[in-house]
Amino acid sequence: MNTQTASRLGLILLLAPLLVWLTALLILPHVDMLLISLRERVAPQVYERSFANYTEFFIEPLYWRTFARTAIMSISATAITLLIAFPVSYYIAKMLRGRSKSFLFLLCLVPFWVSELVRTFGWMILLRESGVVSNVLQWAGLVDGPVEMLYNDAAIMVGLVYTSMLFMVVPLVSILDSLDDSLVEAGYDLGGNGFTVMRTIIIPHAMPGIVSGCIVVFMLTLGNYLTPILLGGKSSMWFTAQIYTQFITRFNWELGAAFGFLLLALSTIIVWTGLKLSRQTLSETMG
Amino acid sequence: MTRLDENNNEIDLECRDLRRTFGNFVAVDNVSFGVPKGDFFSILGPSGCGKTTILRMMAGFLEPTSGDIIIKGKSMLNVPPNKRPVNMVFQHLALFPMMSVAENIAYGLVRQGMNKSDTATKVKSALERIGLPGSGDKSIKQLSGGQQQRIAIARCLVLEPAALLLDEPLGALDLKLREHMKVELKKMQNQFGTTFIYITHDQSEALVMSNHVAVMNEGRFEQIGTPQELYYHPDTSFVAGFVGDSNRWHGKVDAIDGSVIRVSTSDGISLLSVPAGGEKLVVGDEVDIFVRPESIIIAHDEARAQEMDNRLSGNVVSVLFNGANSRALVRESKTGGELDVALPQTGEFSGLSAGQQVFLGWGKQQSKAFASVNSPTNKGHGG
Amino acid sequence: MIPSIPQPKSFRGLYGAYVLLFFVYLIAPLVVVGVFAFNDSMFPSLPWGGFTLDWFFNDTEPRLGLFHDGRLLDSIWTSFYIACWVTILSVSVGTSNAFLFERKTFPLKNVLYMLMLLPLVVPGVILGISILVFSSTIANWLDVNFGVDIGFLRPSKFLVILGQFSFITTITTLIIAARLRKFDTQLEEAAQSLGASKLVAIRTVTIPYLKPAIVGSAIVAFLMSFENFNTTLMLVGSDQPLTIAMYGRLREGSTPELNALSLLLMAVSGTLALLSVFVQRDKE
Repeated sequence: MNTQTASRLGLILLLAPLLVWLTALLILPHVDMLLISLRERVAPQVYERSFANYTEFFIEPLYWRTFARTAIMSISATAITLLIAFPVSYYIAKMLRGRSKSFLFLLCLVPFWVSELVRTFGWMILLRESGVVSNVLQWAGLVDGPVEMLYNDAAIMVGLVYTSMLFMVVPLVSILDSLDDSLVEAGYDLGGNGFTVMRTIIIPHAMPGIVSGCIVVFMLTLGNYLTPILLGGKSSMWFTAQIYTQFITRFNWELGAAFGFLLLALSTIIVWTGLKLSRQTLSETMG
Repeated sequence: MTRLDENNNEIDLECRDLRRTFGNFVAVDNVSFGVPKGDFFSILGPSGCGKTTILRMMAGFLEPTSGDIIIKGKSMLNVPPNKRPVNMVFQHLALFPMMSVAENIAYGLVRQGMNKSDTATKVKSALERIGLPGSGDKSIKQLSGGQQQRIAIARCLVLEPAALLLDEPLGALDLKLREHMKVELKKMQNQFGTTFIYITHDQSEALVMSNHVAVMNEGRFEQIGTPQELYYHPDTSFVAGFVGDSNRWHGKVDAIDGSVIRVSTSDGISLLSVPAGGEKLVVGDEVDIFVRPESIIIAHDEARAQEMDNRLSGNVVSVLFNGANSRALVRESKTGGELDVALPQTGEFSGLSAGQQVFLGWGKQQSKAFASVNSPTNKGHGG
Repeated sequence: MIPSIPQPKSFRGLYGAYVLLFFVYLIAPLVVVGVFAFNDSMFPSLPWGGFTLDWFFNDTEPRLGLFHDGRLLDSIWTSFYIACWVTILSVSVGTSNAFLFERKTFPLKNVLYMLMLLPLVVPGVILGISILVFSSTIANWLDVNFGVDIGFLRPSKFLVILGQFSFITTITTLIIAARLRKFDTQLEEAAQSLGASKLVAIRTVTIPYLKPAIVGSAIVAFLMSFENFNTTLMLVGSDQPLTIAMYGRLREGSTPELNALSLLLMAVSGTLALLSVFVQRDKE
């Protein structure tokens, strides 16, 4: 066997698993889901092509309100995560050296290694009426009786930000770490102050990290299911829960599939806009 | 079909009309040569001349477009690298970082299916021969650059190859270690008696270590010879310019008198030279003239240079002091061209300083004229 | 705002306090989960009823301990089974993908690379339903045309494995490819020059070099599978993996047994996390 046929054979053998994976588990399922979202049941076992599922989404206020609410909450959660994570990442990347730096960085990774279910459970114990925070507040005399802090938007937000934190801190720390200290020093040396150096040197340098962090956090939040349901309870109104309801509870796969595509479209549009605004590409950000 | 070279040495490794193209680019252009057993053979050339391509074809990582490679009398065409009786020492050594020193040396032996105890014995003796006994359990990173070098060579030599192919293995070392390793490599080659084929762009590596050197340029061999032959009797202007330093003029043949020619240079001086390179020169031919810095006599007074065939005078531009290798850069007074002149080691010129007038002279035998190929460059100072 | 530039002491103090507060926020939920595993009370909440190990070891209702709760232990086993398969599959395919993308050139390479990244941007719930929809389509088609009912194409362990595999493979591919990119191909040539065939060179040199990434990605794949919820929720059949079982219990109202379970999970994943950090750093 000469080298050329060997290399061709190698290519085919390596290509096969990739193609099977992508075709059978990504492309075909999504195409099938698209087809199902575009049909309407007119009688048992009889279907017709139609946009009825998509029209229903716009007609029924519950659906599009949930959709809009999910989008707005996800964007807010992303923004809050960025605001909280940036100073911490900066502290780890630039203010610390050596062991304490790697220790705190590893500490940031801890929640990632713990199941989301366990993390959310922790927040339930903290926030519920008989929970730790409520008791601490009573003990401190700040409130008179037990306070229920679960099942509202703030609780959802706390949980979402918590879950997302790691995906913001890691890209931020690594990009800030790559910023040469002397650039900051030069900024001060040439007459800048803390604010101008931050605005003109540090933030522009950190932009790719900020963008990739925001994209990942946004998508994880948008597609989250556990945190809004468990911390928000009945009032959560999260779009993935709506998809679940259509699929599993109501068995209306046509509408559920349409919802799935709407969610995909939403995340694609927002991510695309974010990339355009910051002049980045997806493979740079992800790869 | 054992072949012999001119001194009746057995030819171990031979390339015949070797050619390799990449698209339209001819990397190696009909190169033929034979390397006798036990030789230290260097291929010297600037980067991009095709020397790495030749080596990779010998090792089996590239197939020749045409031509043949014969090792120990067998054609190597379509023989995969692992089945060839040659081993390669890579530019960055390519020692396996996840293996110990002993595992690195044993790697090829294990591939040959040698049993454990024989392998261990061979590894142990190899480590002793390269002066690193007891280092077998160390990791590669614990060794210095020079030690790693020796391991990379020992790893190949335990396999007793027909030839060892070395791809600029000293390139990554710092200057001081490089000087040391030159001597060391030569010693190892003597000790093991293996044929070395060494490629480099560094002429001093090639000259110091080799028995034979091939100077390569643009895919072709310009000249094959001993280091002395290349230095004192270059066949082509490329060799004259590439091996060692030279002062260089471009000019036209004015007159021919037996074996001596008179050349008027493009910057307007007249020089007596001997034709080199074997081409027949006629009046009016364009030529390049090469003069080594150490062939030029330098004097404070005109009389000393008087008896020389070629005489010039000028002012010192600067003194490049470097111990025994000190040079002076002299601006020729008539043309303004600059010359590189070696300073004699007698101390006579220790007080030389910029601006002083000096007289220069050299014999016609020291100025070699080559028919110009296509190099209209007119540099006063080459090398 | 770096240590070499002087800042007011008050600023430094405030900044430090903020970072400290952040880490309290990060650690607090995990600490309470762990602590209440030892609460001698029917509820994982205050008041503190004293220290007990019942939630791990007690063998009678109503205070059934974790190690005697058959249903939970079954679900741990199910999760383990799924995670093992997902790990084997995603690491194998990920290794193959890494070689493909790092070593080969072929038409549409960039398009395939983008497609390969896609699972990172598709929400897990949607990955789950798309696979559910597609496998049901196939199952229905087989049922109608051939009258065979393939059980594993309906929600089942098999589908959960496929669903998790579909996005975890992207992660393993990225981890292994990143390491392969740093590999000096001269090492493979050196092995060949020393008498190894191409395949032997890959087996004896390249794969050992990739080992930290392979082990690391296997650990990540195992944990991601074990802890996955969103995709699993859509594909789960009668055998409930741990996350699904735990979710059910959480909604019913929980006992400290769940804290005990969470603590166990934290201990296991903490160990695996340390192991992966260790493996990836040691061989660097």
